[in-house]
Amino acid sequence: MKNISNLGDAALYCDFGIEVNKKINSEVIKYFKAIKEKNIQGINNLTPSYNKLIISYDLRITNFKELKDKIEKLDIKKTEKVINKKLEIPVCCDDSFSLDIERVKKKLNLTRDQILGNFFNKEYFCYMTGFIAGMPFLGDLDKNMRVQRLETPRIKVPKGSVGITEQFADIYTFESPGGWNIIGNTPLEVFDSSKEKDPNLINSGDTVIFKQITLEEYKNYNEQ
Amino acid sequence: MSNNYFEILRAGINTTFQDKGRNNLYHIGIPFSGAMDNRNYLLANKLVGNKLDLPVIEFAYQGPLLKYNGDKINIAITGDVIFELKKKDNKIQGNCYESYQLENGDEIDILSTNKSVYGYLSISGEYNVKLQWGSCSINTKANIGSNNGKKFDNGQKINISKINLNQEKKKTNYLNSKVENIRVIKGTNFDYFSEDGKKIFFEKEFIVSKLSDRMGMRLEGPKIENIVNTNIKSEGLLKGVIQVPTDGNPIIMLSDHGTIGGYPKIGVVISADYDRLVQISPGSKIKFKEIELSDAETLFKLYEMETQNLISQI
Repeated sequence: MKNISNLGDAALYCDFGIEVNKKINSEVIKYFKAIKEKNIQGINNLTPSYNKLIISYDLRITNFKELKDKIEKLDIKKTEKVINKKLEIPVCCDDSFSLDIERVKKKLNLTRDQILGNFFNKEYFCYMTGFIAGMPFLGDLDKNMRVQRLETPRIKVPKGSVGITEQFADIYTFESPGGWNIIGNTPLEVFDSSKEKDPNLINSGDTVIFKQITLEEYKNYNEQ
Repeated sequence: MSNNYFEILRAGINTTFQDKGRNNLYHIGIPFSGAMDNRNYLLANKLVGNKLDLPVIEFAYQGPLLKYNGDKINIAITGDVIFELKKKDNKIQGNCYESYQLENGDEIDILSTNKSVYGYLSISGEYNVKLQWGSCSINTKANIGSNNGKKFDNGQKINISKINLNQEKKKTNYLNSKVENIRVIKGTNFDYFSEDGKKIFFEKEFIVSKLSDRMGMRLEGPKIENIVNTNIKSEGLLKGVIQVPTDGNPIIMLSDHGTIGGYPKIGVVISADYDRLVQISPGSKIKFKEIELSDAETLFKLYEMETQNLISQI
């Protein structure tokens, strides 16, 4: 960790660096899991992201100085290695789902087959989940696959949409506004709020492989 | 089935169940939620003799028109709210921070909040709510919480599972102070903004936009120029964080905010001012004042003491 500063009066802002890479992100996740395990009094939320960890606390119980001291003295090394999952996510790229394929083709100067060929059957690392409940941020896309977000975000991105932006892919766990380039849709339930213990299918540190399915397989997916 | 219930004759603009909110879920993308104005939430429960952390009905701007069916029950409304009670033949102009007894067939008409946004309706008893992650709070964007995560609709019934036996009349005097000045600690990307931009942020007035809701408060007015980068690597957000996107108009994260975001953070509203911030209505002015962390901590202690004091007076 590089340093801890305050974000407002009720959160620690832990900086792990500027870059976005697996090494830095793994450090963030390690700290996140270790702090979570220790159940430190007063902490009411932990938000790990690519290269930052935000620790929010109840100002009635603790304060910046006290909690910063505690976190700096933590022995993170002792934390047991956590087992991360490997998941396969079926994605259908039928025209009715791949809303931005034409835009991506133009921006990247690649054919549809080249884009899908680059996208499928390779491993992605889950850097973080959030923005909306359960949305995974997965990387890294190949260098020739990196495209900016839409100039004007969509007001409604359909549930299950698989989008790409810069070095990342994500999945819209429910209908939401959003600005990512949508290239397909998964029939999988990626966030299930009825499972209180483990609502997220994909968690930080997990590995994901996208598998292409046909429209027919998509339609039959939840009927098996 | 419950024999005691409200029938919603008019749902109002954004009527939901709220309580103390959900903790420890930011890492999976679920925000805190809970009552926007925490002090008024606690006072609502105290006025009907409840435990302080029970669910209440939160409404915004125009509240609901409710018809009560069942055994005698006390209710109280907090905030700055105009409402009427319709009993058999007479109509009573209601006062906030005072409990009233409802009988079978009575109606509560919550006409509007007065130059503020949120108000609270409590009952001397318990609503029949479904808890998710220990909270009933309805987050309509993620469809989490009671009522299938949706705001209340016309014609629905709100079931009451329990009525307290003790229904003593309670009353207190409290005036919601109207504020324009909101105190802020500099954000982690404060230096992303031009000298002019920083000056504008702390010296000029902004207007609260109509596009504000439980997720965020959008501001309009002078633009804040960003000189470094209008996008940062997405990272965690908190309620009270003020982000400035490319268009230069600040957005303040509120209780149902997205858990991560990628716009530079110019400041964070101090915890002591959050309840008053959320009550600033669209069209009203808002002005930010810079403050140091140690002062913000002291102000929160004072705010807490005042809240506890108000509660103990009821």
